[in-house]
Amino acid sequence: MATILAVDDSASMRQMVSFTLKGAGFDVIEAADGQQALDKAKETVVDLVLSDVNMPVMDGIELVKNLRTLPDYKFTPILMLTTESAGDKKMQGKSAGATGWLVKPFNPEQLLATIKKVMG
Amino acid sequence: MSVDLSQFHQVFFEESYEGLDVMESALLNIDCSNIDSEAINEIFRAAHSIKGGSGTFGFNEIAEFTHVVETLLDLIRSDQFVMEPDHVDLFLKSVDCIRTMINELEAGGETDTTLADELRAQFNTLLDGGGVSESTESVEGSSESSEAAQGWSIYFKPDADVLRTGNDPVRMFRELSELGEIDVDCVTESMPDLGSIDPESCYLAWNIILKGNVEKTQVDEVFEWVIDESDIRIEELGASHSEQDNQSETVETETVAETAEVLSPIAAEPVATKPSTEPAASAKAPAAAKKESKPESVSIRVGTDKIDSLINMVGELVITQSMLNELGKDFSVDMMPKLMEGLEQLSLHTRELQESVMRIRMLPISFAFSRFPRLVHDIGKSLDKKVELILLGEQTELDKTVMERIGDPLVHLVRNSLDHGLESPEARVAAGKDETGKITLNAFHQGGNIVIQIIDDGAGLNEEKILSKAIENGLVSPHDHLEPEQIHDLIFQPGFSTAAEVTDLSGRGVGMDVVRRNIQDLNGSVEVESKPGEGSMFSIRLPLTLAILDGQLIRVGQQVYIFPLVSIVESIESQDQMIHRVSGGCDVLRLRNEYVPIIRLWDIFNVQADHEKVDDGLLVIVEGDNIKVAVLVDDLLAQQQVVIKSLQENYRSVPGVSGATILGDGTVSLILDISGLIKLAGVGRDSYKKITESDDNEAA
Repeated sequence: MATILAVDDSASMRQMVSFTLKGAGFDVIEAADGQQALDKAKETVVDLVLSDVNMPVMDGIELVKNLRTLPDYKFTPILMLTTESAGDKKMQGKSAGATGWLVKPFNPEQLLATIKKVMG
Repeated sequence: MSVDLSQFHQVFFEESYEGLDVMESALLNIDCSNIDSEAINEIFRAAHSIKGGSGTFGFNEIAEFTHVVETLLDLIRSDQFVMEPDHVDLFLKSVDCIRTMINELEAGGETDTTLADELRAQFNTLLDGGGVSESTESVEGSSESSEAAQGWSIYFKPDADVLRTGNDPVRMFRELSELGEIDVDCVTESMPDLGSIDPESCYLAWNIILKGNVEKTQVDEVFEWVIDESDIRIEELGASHSEQDNQSETVETETVAETAEVLSPIAAEPVATKPSTEPAASAKAPAAAKKESKPESVSIRVGTDKIDSLINMVGELVITQSMLNELGKDFSVDMMPKLMEGLEQLSLHTRELQESVMRIRMLPISFAFSRFPRLVHDIGKSLDKKVELILLGEQTELDKTVMERIGDPLVHLVRNSLDHGLESPEARVAAGKDETGKITLNAFHQGGNIVIQIIDDGAGLNEEKILSKAIENGLVSPHDHLEPEQIHDLIFQPGFSTAAEVTDLSGRGVGMDVVRRNIQDLNGSVEVESKPGEGSMFSIRLPLTLAILDGQLIRVGQQVYIFPLVSIVESIESQDQMIHRVSGGCDVLRLRNEYVPIIRLWDIFNVQADHEKVDDGLLVIVEGDNIKVAVLVDDLLAQQQVVIKSLQENYRSVPGVSGATILGDGTVSLILDISGLIKLAGVGRDSYKKITESDDNEAA
């Protein structure tokens, strides 16, 4: 089964995302900031990364940049979780190498629909 | 599948409260003349998370309000808006407002948005005329493009880097195929020759015919993530367009996709945005009633070390249990010693487990202190006094129940110090002090108690005024001669009214007598020390029947005693020339500039020691009630955290001993009470005087 790395500094968002994805049969690894995510991504090669943008320590944009330098993550889909007010962040994320985005707030159905878009 | 989001609400509430605390303390530290961008970032992140979470979990009132707060923060963050002290206050009010709304939600009620609307209006004024968040108006824009067609002809030439962003054109075709019947034709004209192909780049383009009753927005959605970098032309099937039209079509696609996305989350739930139209009174009433039922924090955060030790202990327990099980299967009398050993282990582990569980209830006092920066800021402002708040000993642990119940008395004492203790800046300058007053909150463990001090550097208690008030109220007679301490203590007497000094802060009907009674209910005591012109210090002393103490184990003969680690100044090996014999049979140690009385533990507790003479023993210098003494011991053992057991409850109170604990090997060890020990040995302050002023730095 595919493994998804869910990155968000908010515990409630992480729980919600993780619960929804697990319910849909994915394995989920959680991380609370970009640095943690990067460490975990190196430990286990995941099939999809789902990351918040605004985070302490290392933000989502930096995380994408860093992931894309790793051979294992050259083509891995990376989705940014952004808010509607963060249009410029979207562009920054894209130029850093993010695949796409999901606009916050989203509900579990929207989350799964987006995942399906990438994972089939 | 549907997910019940309410299961995440509690976590969301908790992290929101934490976020609000972060915002509050960062706001209080902001110096508008020199704004720290990391602080603004921190505040922004917290607001951002609350907004994201509340939107996700359907708390739209909070999401909307936080959105305005966040917008202004974002402008400040990007230097497009200059933050002034008034704005800090507006943000602080917003923090309160969000906290109240979350409180109301947590209590299971409706949120009262009156205050939020009011504050939002202020934000909108700052944000230039208030148009910022009202993007709801243009919602129609998204539905306008709902043109359905027989099908679409799509030309798609992605950027060469498309694969490197994790986007796979094949995935998009698959998605299109779910919308209708598709026919894909690959265009290979820009393919370079084999030698110069970069296998990670995409050189292909496609012509796609999509048949079916598909809306244009659906097609746009498929290419949503790549539309900016790709060459995409989407034409209605059967309609012929000129080159020019194609061009405009592409542009329109982009903007529509953009707006649709921006608006959809708001448009999805338009119901809750209506401001409450009920009369204000009826809206207020349930809110006030809800205050009563405000849930006490139902969960507590526990350090992982505590959890780890719990798990460890449960593991031990399981091992012992299986050992006993094994023993019981095939038992004979000669296995009795083994059984006894096992049972002993079982009781040891159970006891340890019990203590570990108790430790979970211990929280650092910073939980109770955390509200004071804001309180002091607000009160100082309303009184026009400049105040600096100093928090010390925030990591001192205290039982959760005690913590919850000490909150109100502490607030009262701090208010009192601000109101009555500190003088106005003018009066302070006139008295030759810094115009900024200082209030210090200090907490530490002492002799099995936790002591919380509230210290101000204000004018001190006005003894004359107190005395005349007490005489007026009949608490003392004019002929009584009272010591200063007795006069100070009068403020705690029931019936001592400070009517002449009532202000909007202190005149709330709660007197110092109530403070004292609350503290006494916790088996504690409160005292005040005061020096005219220099300030006052209120000391709250609370017993810690459950408290954990950092202890230094020491040995005297066969006995192991425990010194509270905080009371130890240093330990030295005694040398003959340092010991001075004083008439009266008491020895003192010359420690640099001080003479320190020597206490022999073996003598006091009447036990057999290895070293009965001072000359060849170890001396531990300890301090209690500001008096230093040197205690003669045989050996210094480990330092460890011990759980204090009350001797009073289990036996009776013993002078010089504040409690007992059970060591890892099951033996009981007494925890020494330094102040009591000093009294017991009869070596009070009066007997010895410092030769010169000692420097405090020695205590290392």
